[in-house]
Parts: sequence; structure tokens; C-alpha cells
Amino acid sequence: MSVRASVRLARGAFDLDAELAVQAGTTVAVLGPNGAGKSTLLRALAGLERIDQGRIEIDGRIVDDGDSVFVQPRARNVGLVFQDYALFGHLTVLENVAFGPRARGEGRQRSRQVAHEVLARLGIDHLADRRPSQVSGGQAQRVALARALATGPSLLLMDEPLAALDAETRTSVRIELQRQLAEYPGCAVLVTHDPLDAMLLADRIVVLESGAIAQEGTPGDLARRPATPYVAALMGVNLLSGTAVGGELALDGGGTLRIADQGLQGRALAVIRPEAITISLHEPQGSARNAWQGRVTAVELLHDRVRVHIEGRPGVIAAVTPAAIADLRIDAGTAVWLSVKAVEIDAYPHPAR
Amino acid sequence: MSRPRRARAPWFLAVPGAVALAFLLIPLIALLAQAPWASLGGIVTSEAARSALLLSLVTSLSATAFAALVGVPLAWLLAREVLPWTGLLRALVLVPLLLPPVVAGVALLAALGRRGLVGQVLSDAFGIQFPFTTAGVVIAEAFVSMPFLIITMEGGFRSLSQRYEEAAATLGASAWTVFRRITMPMVGPSLIAGLVLCWARALGEFGATITFAGSFPGVTQTMPLAVYAALETDRSVAIALSVVLLAVSVSVLVALRGRYLRAQAS
Repeated sequence: MSVRASVRLARGAFDLDAELAVQAGTTVAVLGPNGAGKSTLLRALAGLERIDQGRIEIDGRIVDDGDSVFVQPRARNVGLVFQDYALFGHLTVLENVAFGPRARGEGRQRSRQVAHEVLARLGIDHLADRRPSQVSGGQAQRVALARALATGPSLLLMDEPLAALDAETRTSVRIELQRQLAEYPGCAVLVTHDPLDAMLLADRIVVLESGAIAQEGTPGDLARRPATPYVAALMGVNLLSGTAVGGELALDGGGTLRIADQGLQGRALAVIRPEAITISLHEPQGSARNAWQGRVTAVELLHDRVRVHIEGRPGVIAAVTPAAIADLRIDAGTAVWLSVKAVEIDAYPHPAR
Repeated sequence: MSRPRRARAPWFLAVPGAVALAFLLIPLIALLAQAPWASLGGIVTSEAARSALLLSLVTSLSATAFAALVGVPLAWLLAREVLPWTGLLRALVLVPLLLPPVVAGVALLAALGRRGLVGQVLSDAFGIQFPFTTAGVVIAEAFVSMPFLIITMEGGFRSLSQRYEEAAATLGASAWTVFRRITMPMVGPSLIAGLVLCWARALGEFGATITFAGSFPGVTQTMPLAVYAALETDRSVAIALSVVLLAVSVSVLVALRGRYLRAQAS
């Protein structure tokens, strides 16, 4: 079982042009900002949108080739979990889940039996006789998942599966979803704008920006070596681009960084974790190979640390403890010195796309 | 739970509001006050009244059934904007609603009359004639009442998110199954409201019916026509029949209203 898709379609504001491959038993997260084309990609896989060009292959069967071949959603063997779940309000939870098997020709008794089994697997069989309006948000999410799983789909699609939940419910539902995805033998694709959901639920992440794939890799790949400012911002690291020559990186935005890798040549990206940057009020005399001046533009408190936005060459975000801010009396407008060790800078060739 | 305190109404709303209420209720009260209660039973169970009432029920229910059969699908087509020029079509569908009923009757004669656009073909080829028949009454009633069902149902379909139908499709349901098991049940309250409006309009139809089908007792003389006819001979009979019509309308509306409210609450 596998899914391979090459999707091209024009949708007014943007052109979606993306490739996607999912192996059986794995989950791919499509991560991107709102309006990047994530949901359109999902709808194309489900057969709710036709592609203009390309090819969608599920289980070795071509279901859309942008031309003569188009398999209707009902014949694709996919399960789709909508962002707002789209549970049928006039049916009970059990009838919602039994709807798929019934529509695919199973008998009434058998369909209800299958529905009970799936509900039990998700630990919500006690809700069977309730209406969707009588269950909580987290429960509704599980019902929607149960309904999608009840037909035994080869491809499970989830559109922002956790977006409608509050923070507390979200964590418990995410853990449950992790467990379900681990057991699910088919291919799963989930669309999200939350990097945490993507990193915790998916084996691979595809980053979609303005209809095109900006980066693709494991959650670790993205965290360590983001390819675009969007991904870097999601991962909370500083990303700088420039040209590397003999252990120095001449930055596109001005300024130069000394890097540990002497052999790196040509277009390159450099990642600096905010924690790796030291802020001083006077020129530092330490061992750090990089030191430059800047000015604080904003200070934001995040739980146990403070993110300090600094303009300079280069401009960066540094993370320090609240105590350090108090001692140094740093606020917007403060002139500061920044320093970072060359070994703390991860520089790598620019992944040309 | 305590009832919220009633807001005090400003006089410039309270006074005209009271006038409107009186204006709407006084004729109904007058009808009941002047009804010949002593002879009511006799008048209502008379052969003429019974046949008019039966004819009214049969024709208005037939017209409503016909409207549901073809009007609901049209409402869906309009709501999903699958037809070209949906905006124009929607406006055209509403014309019979605004048309003076007499004009509707004349238009039906022009279309289905013996020398009408379609009527001539039907008459020549199959010997089918609608004017001055019971079927003609059904046609006249359906023509003026179907728009009520269409606009109500279109609103219902339109406010139903397409995601439910999409969800059902990905679960393997055919278009027919989606429509029958998802779309229609989910617009149930709109359907009931639309059917009631449509039926009430058909039951009260007068102008188009008398123009297109005439007023023949037992064949095309429905209750409103019978009331009008009685007015010229015996005023008390007209009032008695009117009270019956009022009772039928009110009782069915009350009965359906309870169901409609329950359907909305769930």
C-alpha cells in the first residue's frame, strides 16, 4: 500500500504544485501557513477537487490523471476527517460510524457491529447512542476519526485534526491520535499549521508555502536545518543565508559570520539557536569568534525565557533568562553586543529548489 | 431559571404595533362572532360543503405533492448553482409568487388552454385537456404555491454546508444515498416549513383557479370558490364555510408547528 501524488491545479489566488509520497504505515504532515494550499491538496487526494495536471496513485491505482481518469470520492477508499468533523447531526454517533460500511454495501447488523468495534477501539463506545450535539469537542474528533476508519481506508486524510480543540483537550487527543496512527496500517496524510502537531504525529513533514513545497524531511531534519525563513520561524531558530568562503559566511543582509566548517563553499544557510547567542552591554572579551553590535527592538516573555529581538548585521532573536534581562536592564532601544561561538553555528549548503 | 424582565416598549412602537394586531385579529373575531353556530353543523355536513371541502383537500395535497416532487430538486439545483444563469432563474421562479393570481390563471390558459402553446399539442395528440377539470385546479394551485416551497428549500439547502455531502461521498455513498440519507434529513425543518407554506397557499388559492378551472361544484369548486359563490346567495353559509377553512388551516398549522419546533431543537 502506498500513495504517490503529483498535483498541479490552478485555484485563482495561487497555483498548487506539489509532489507527495506516503508509505504504508507512515504519516506525512503537510505543514504550512493559512492559504498555502494544504486543504486543496487534501481535497484533491480525496477526489473532492480535480487536478489540472499530474497524477494521483492510491494502492497502485491511478485515481486522477488530470485528464480522462477520475475516480469519484466514493470509489477511492479514502477516509477524510474534516476540520470541523462534519458529523451528521440527525444520526447518532453509532449511525455516523456505521454510515460508511452501510454505504459500501454491508448489511445493517454487520455495519453496526463494525461501528461498535471501531468505537470500542477508540474508547468511546459508551457514546454510541448520543447525538453529535451531545458530545464534547474532543469526543467529536474521535467520532470523526472512527467514522473515517470504519471503512478500512487505504488512505486516511485529516484536515487540521486538532485545530478546533482547546489547548488542554488538544494534548490528550493528540496522544490518542498518535496511538491510532501507530496502529493504522494504511497511509495517513494530515494537514496542519501547527509545527508541534506535525512533529509529534508525522514520520515525515512536507512544508507547503504558496502552493509549492518549500521543504520536506523528518521532523528532526526540519528542526536542525530549516530551508526557509517560515520553517526556521516555526522551529524557533535564526536562519541566515549567505555565501561561504574559507570559514567565513558573507551574509546576504550584511555582516559576516565565522563558521567552524572551513570547507564549505558557495551559497549556504546558517542556523543559530537563540539560546546560543550571548547578550552583553559592553564589547565581549571572551573566546567567541563572532561579536557584533545591535539594538533591541522587542522583548517577549515566553514561560521561563525571554526572546529578545535585535536588529543589526545580522539581526537575530536571542533567548535569555528573565533574570539576565533584569540584571542587564535590557528593553527595546537598548544598544547591545552579541556574541556566538563559531561551533554553535550550523552552516550547510543552500538546498537549491 | 427566572424569566427575563419584559422590556418596556416605547410608545411609537407600541401604538402602531397594537393597531396592526387589532387589524389582523378583528376580522377573524368578527368571522367567529357572526358564524351561525346553531345551523353550522347542518351547513358544513351538507352535500355541497362536503364535496367542496373534499375537493379542496385532495387538490391542495396533490398540488403540494407535485411541488415537492419537482420543486425540491429545482431548489437543490438553484442552491448548488449548477445551472447556468442561476441568479436569473431564481428570480424567474419567484415570478408566480408576485403575479396577481388572475394573471397566473390567464397565463395557464395561454399555456395549457385548448388553443394554448402546450395545451393544443396535448389536446390534438393525446386528447388531454386541463382547463375546467379537477386536474386543472391542481395545476393552478401548484403554479402559485410551488415558489413558496422552492424558496424555503433553497434556503435550507444553501445553509447546509456541502461538507456533509462531501463527507458522505468519501464514506462511499452514491449520490442518491447522500441525498436521501444526509441532505434531505438535514434540511428536514426547511422541508416541513416549505410544505406547510405551499399547502396553505394552495388551499387558499382562488384567482388562478377560477380563471383557469372555473367554478363547477364537485369538479373545480374548491372551498374558497364555494365561499365566494355562497356569498351571492346566502351570507351565513359563506361565513360557516369560512369558519371551517379557518379551523382547518389553524389546526394543521398548530399540529405541524409543534413538529417543526422539535425538529429545529434537535
